[in-house]
Amino acid sequence: MTRVPIEGHIELDRGTYDALIAHARSDAPYEVCGLLATDGEGVAAHYEIPNAARSMTYYNMEPKALLRAMHDMEDRGWDLLAIYHSHPHTEAFPSATDVELAFYPDATYVIVSLQEPDQPTLRAFSIRNGDVTEKIVIVDGEEAPAGPR
Amino acid sequence: MSIDVRVPTVLREHTGGESKVTAQGSTLREVIYDLETRHPGLKERLVDDSGGLHRFINLYVNDEDVRYLGGIETPTEDGDTVSILPAVAGGSS
Repeated sequence: MTRVPIEGHIELDRGTYDALIAHARSDAPYEVCGLLATDGEGVAAHYEIPNAARSMTYYNMEPKALLRAMHDMEDRGWDLLAIYHSHPHTEAFPSATDVELAFYPDATYVIVSLQEPDQPTLRAFSIRNGDVTEKIVIVDGEEAPAGPR
Repeated sequence: MSIDVRVPTVLREHTGGESKVTAQGSTLREVIYDLETRHPGLKERLVDDSGGLHRFINLYVNDEDVRYLGGIETPTEDGDTVSILPAVAGGSS
């Protein structure tokens, strides 16, 4: 498993955590993607965004759905918390493409891996100027299993 | 003629932190070049060396993706809103 320095954490509620994994499974083996918004206290909204690429190895959030979600957050006074996508066949770690195309340095990048179909893993990262650090995922106050790091 | 432009957080370093600015122009290209005179540095985030739109920047006129309108030559009218969003993309390989 790929390791990088750990810096900070992201807090999710169990419902959101489960919903991200369910979304990843819903269109496997294709990659799914979406956004989480925060009201400063917790996850305020979960936006599933269609993958315009409908690919097993690539995602590109459908531009109009992306715009609607971003405007919705802004209109409600929420902030972008996380950008997530699934890796149907590989580990929950940012690929070279993920790093190259990470245009939101303030967001947490969440990746759901279905590499082990019965044991999905969810890991979280910051990607800034090509540098990747990992964030501990805390679900309802407890550290979520990320698999051996 | 005044066009409203919604600027994403990641580009607000060029607008002094403003999320909404205004610009002039009868096409998206003119709006972008006018924006550059008011907010230097924005244009190169939107337009590539050949003068086209960057592949991983989404631009919208009145919430419509300009890829399905006229691209950088999409006409703009007084009161239109231009929105800018970096693409959200990646992949597992």
